[in-house]
Amino acid sequence: MDFITQLLNGLGLGSIYALIALGYSMVYGIVQLINFAHGDIIMVGGYALYVMLVIAGMPLWLAVLAPIVVCGLAGVLIERLAYQRLLTHNAERISLLITALGVSIFLQNLFMLLFKSDAKTMPPMFGSGVFELGGLSVTYSTLINIVVSVVMMIGLQMLVNRTKIGKAMQATSEDAGAAKLMGINTNKIIIITFAVGSILAAVGAVLYCNTYPQIKPTMGNLLGLKAFVAAVLGGIGSIPGAMLGGYLLGVLEQLTKAYITTEVTDAVVFAILIVVLLVRPAGLMGKNRKEKV
Amino acid sequence: MLSVTDINVYYGAIHALKGISFHVEEGEIVSLIGANGAGKTTAMHTVSGLLRSRTGDITFMGESIAKTEPHKIVRMGLAQVPEGRRVFASMTVEENLEMGAFIRSGKDKAGMDEDLEMVYTRFPRLKERRRQQAGTLSGGEQQMLAIGRALMSRPKMLLLDEPSMGLSPILVQEIFDCIQEVKKGGTTVLLVEQNAKMALSISDRAYVLETGTNFLEGAAADLLDNEQVRRAYLGA
Ligand SMILES: Nc1ncnc2c1ncn2[C@@H]1O[C@H](COP(=O)(O)OP(=O)(O)O)[C@@H](O)[C@H]1O
Ligand SMILES: [Mg+2]
Repeated sequence: MDFITQLLNGLGLGSIYALIALGYSMVYGIVQLINFAHGDIIMVGGYALYVMLVIAGMPLWLAVLAPIVVCGLAGVLIERLAYQRLLTHNAERISLLITALGVSIFLQNLFMLLFKSDAKTMPPMFGSGVFELGGLSVTYSTLINIVVSVVMMIGLQMLVNRTKIGKAMQATSEDAGAAKLMGINTNKIIIITFAVGSILAAVGAVLYCNTYPQIKPTMGNLLGLKAFVAAVLGGIGSIPGAMLGGYLLGVLEQLTKAYITTEVTDAVVFAILIVVLLVRPAGLMGKNRKEKV
Repeated sequence: MLSVTDINVYYGAIHALKGISFHVEEGEIVSLIGANGAGKTTAMHTVSGLLRSRTGDITFMGESIAKTEPHKIVRMGLAQVPEGRRVFASMTVEENLEMGAFIRSGKDKAGMDEDLEMVYTRFPRLKERRRQQAGTLSGGEQQMLAIGRALMSRPKMLLLDEPSMGLSPILVQEIFDCIQEVKKGGTTVLLVEQNAKMALSISDRAYVLETGTNFLEGAAADLLDNEQVRRAYLGA
């Protein structure tokens, strides 16, 4: 029973990684850019929630909408202001990467200026009780994380596979030049992809703040890095891969904490990941993509 | 219908097109022929807006498209079957065809079904494989799919970049028959080919490109008899 409890806790944590990993993977799939600022989007979402809930004293149902709107807009703004010109002029990958790092540093410093660099505590939000059944004992927030992430992913799958916009996203990801020849406005598709990825990250931010009620301007670093690793583990560019990678990373982390070590958890987890990638360099669900022109 | 005047196109420092010009009138099949690396694909990409010329102009149906975005050019009625087919490998045959009809309203279900039927009638093998992933098709089937996909936008003019590349003689014949049918259906055709003999045999006029410049032009029948063309491109 203890093992199942740990497994569920791992999935609860992995749900947050998965939601964030999707943004890395989708953006990479469309523009081959590792958007290092994506981790900071979660931080932005955390502060949006904090401002609404604590400073403005809004009711919870209204406050949780704020990160969704703010992160969606932030994602679109970052794409338009920082990346779009580089993308349309076929800039070197390294320029894009450095721009992404620049945006990340800018966001962190901006929020240090606005809110100071110390951590802020979030009030309890939802699902603080414990669910017990037999020997099983997990917090409701863990179960909420899992349910919300599964619902979001089903929604995303429907968007990508059933709608015209979603099919256009797939086409752009597979061959942007050919997609343009179909009459697809790939610039618009890129913006939509950033918006969708950022909204998923916002949902991840709400779940994160509910589970670990503390925010600070640098919180996106480790969280972003882990979600990025989850995306690579699943096969970057692959949507199901990002989900699988996220859940797997959460479970690995939790089981390591429970049964191996609490001190060097991250070292053990990353070691396992390196081994996985040595065996499967394209990630678990990734395809070896051919270079495109 | 399409008029390309003095275009200069660069890849970074590489000067790929050095001031070439050509035009296509409504109802014609016009070929661009030339050796590998002559600049044919670059010219096609520039017409479709994927690449930009630093000089000159490109007009389609009287309007300049030199600065128009690629997706808007498709909406104006100019579709391209790109070199190497470039079908969406992980999508099914039918999804590829639906992408070809992307510019049409999603509500036009009847029109979509009608056009799918039109493509399936022309290429029955695509109908058999409609639920199969495009990446699993043979080269010839992928070429048919690429042509069918472009036709799904109901273009006024179709650009085809080396549609016979890598295909067996029987399939090449089938593709060329199809191009002639497309023309009969009222679509103007600009064809790029290394297979000069085949291309000239179905074309009205042709241009011969050499290292990014206009080398020769004329009626297809005259070029077939031209001594320079025969020696350089027809192996005669
Ligand atoms: N992506 C590219 N980057 C740099 N040079 C290119 C690129 N594509 C084509 N070229 C160069 O431009 C010239 C014309 O190429 P292309 O238009 O592909 O010729 P063709 O289609 O007639 O074989 C060639 O010298 C080729 O090497
Ligand atoms: Mg070519």
